Amino acid sequence: MNIKSQKDFFSGVVFMAVGGAFAWGATNYTVGTGARMGPGYFPLMLGILLALLGAVITFKAMVVETEDGEKVGKWIWRPVGYIVAANIVFGILLGGMPSIKLPAMGMVIAIIALTLIAAKAGTEFILKEILILAAILVAGSYVTFILLLKLQIPVWPAFITG
Amino acid sequence: MDLIANLSLGFGVAFTPINLLYALIGCVLGTLIGVLPGIGPVATIAMLLPATYALPPVSALIMLAGIYYGAQYGGSTTAILVNLPGESSSIVTCIDGYQMARQGRAGPALAAAGLGSFFAGCVGTLILAAFAPPLTELAFKFGPAEYFSLMILGLIGAVVLASGSLLKAIAMIILGLLLGLVGTDVNSGVARYSFNIPELTDGIGFVAVAMGVFGYGEIISNLALPEEHREVFTAKVQGLWPTKQDFKNMVPAVLRGTFLGSALGILPGGGALLASFAAYALEKKLKSKPGEVPFGKGNIRGVAGPESANNAGAQTSFIPLLTLGIPPNAVMALMVGAMTIHNIQPGPQVMTSNPELFWGLIASMWIGNAMLIILNLPLIGMWIKLLTVPYRWLFPAIVLFCAIGVYTTNNSTFDIWLVAGFGFIGYAFNKLGMEPSPMMLGFILGPMMEENLRRALLLSRGNWGVFVTRGLSAGLLAAAALMLVIVLLPSIKAKREEAFVEE
Repeated sequence: MNIKSQKDFFSGVVFMAVGGAFAWGATNYTVGTGARMGPGYFPLMLGILLALLGAVITFKAMVVETEDGEKVGKWIWRPVGYIVAANIVFGILLGGMPSIKLPAMGMVIAIIALTLIAAKAGTEFILKEILILAAILVAGSYVTFILLLKLQIPVWPAFITG
Repeated sequence: MDLIANLSLGFGVAFTPINLLYALIGCVLGTLIGVLPGIGPVATIAMLLPATYALPPVSALIMLAGIYYGAQYGGSTTAILVNLPGESSSIVTCIDGYQMARQGRAGPALAAAGLGSFFAGCVGTLILAAFAPPLTELAFKFGPAEYFSLMILGLIGAVVLASGSLLKAIAMIILGLLLGLVGTDVNSGVARYSFNIPELTDGIGFVAVAMGVFGYGEIISNLALPEEHREVFTAKVQGLWPTKQDFKNMVPAVLRGTFLGSALGILPGGGALLASFAAYALEKKLKSKPGEVPFGKGNIRGVAGPESANNAGAQTSFIPLLTLGIPPNAVMALMVGAMTIHNIQPGPQVMTSNPELFWGLIASMWIGNAMLIILNLPLIGMWIKLLTVPYRWLFPAIVLFCAIGVYTTNNSTFDIWLVAGFGFIGYAFNKLGMEPSPMMLGFILGPMMEENLRRALLLSRGNWGVFVTRGLSAGLLAAAALMLVIVLLPSIKAKREEAFVEE
């Protein structure tokens, strides 16, 4: 059978999968009855409902005509990859990673790394510009978060401050 | 009169130098993030939440509220001049506002947005002041069954009025409800869906989801679009004042927008975003006068209506929060966070136990709106300069703000991983045409709905009939059903799809 709307078809599949997973997970908890609901009751109900809705959406996507087939379009990896990577590196540098013996490097280094990696997600990358931007962001964050808002964020690497 | 006595108490609180200062900070910040595309009130308030520990509760709430309604003013500037929604609630303003700017009428468009916002903001606040006390009375009559039905009504209302595909939006709500259930169940102490990850037993952080799906999702989709040279009309803003004919056209639109926005703001699930969409749809449906510019070509009504509505909605969406303790949207959920930080339990008792906070906050909204009209019309040049900053400098900064903001809410790096994950999911949503807003609403209301459903059925000994035998609850459910039936009628269905086709 032909898929009439790609977007709806795949969202329907996602809904069915997620709904099914939640419903299946709920059976591991006490379900109980309406008057004495266990922790599994509400998620089981919702999970089944979501899976049913997903099935209807998928079915409609295969039956109801659309003008252009509502294609999902190309998945563009560059921005997704760099933005997510920038975030993960930021987290690792800020808090450290005991499992690989990486000490916490503090806010300054984490911000510089985040700016450099995130900027790669754009179409233009001019190193000098990004370094200036990183410097501004470090200074701005230091003033706002550390001096003004007095948040508890490690600023420098742990091995320097001891 | 009670109202006057209450308001004078409120103004007494709001006019102290410290509260005036925080109202100003909130308004300036709100306008700033409203003007900048890609960072919204949710991210900003989330970031500032930990910082409000040190402030007195009234000042903290005044500032955070200022950010929310200030963003509604700022968002229109970007929409009109750059054709980018600075704020999600000004998406529809782009359509006609940008066309006006292209015709050299950016000034009147900005003025229509600013004046409309100011009027709507004042009226919305007045409605908040007048309706909050009687609604609080009503709220004391609410049992768990009523709360549950009210949330159903809110969720249905949000879906019906503000989104494209009905089925998908309902599915997104349920997805949100399910995600909201992750974490320790309050009744049994069982950690649900936490996969033995200690951080997940506290539930998925609301801020992490919001920033990932909205903040990162937005940036990624912006960057994934082919580079498009957008014209910025910065030099051409002269002659702010609209003509007489403009006034004639915009005044009724402002009135309609204010009315509709106020009504939709009260609905749980409503708020600024919903209000602006509905107002635009309404203006478009009304018959144009002969000689009027068609919609989509720079009609001033298409700017004045939605911009008034989003401000009125921003103001009145405080009503469900302050009277019922139900946050109607993501921003209000953060306000709940801000209140609980200061040991204030949101709900009908706030008005009696903390009258100075309740009325001080309301009074500050008038002061804030007055500050905003000055910030946004005479001082517009300052904000326009900001728009000349290229996006390639802006987005790394936004990524950073989100990362730091989410880290500081719990001081845990786990939340940073969550944001990264939800950023990825946000882009997938965007690709599949799944709207994240209904999901966020479900996410906020999930635990509350479960709790009220559980209590209602416990009291009725498992009898589901309790939702229809109690008058108030039955009325709320009937209203929800009616809304669903109306949109499913073929004639209205076609019109509704037509109204959403432009986005």
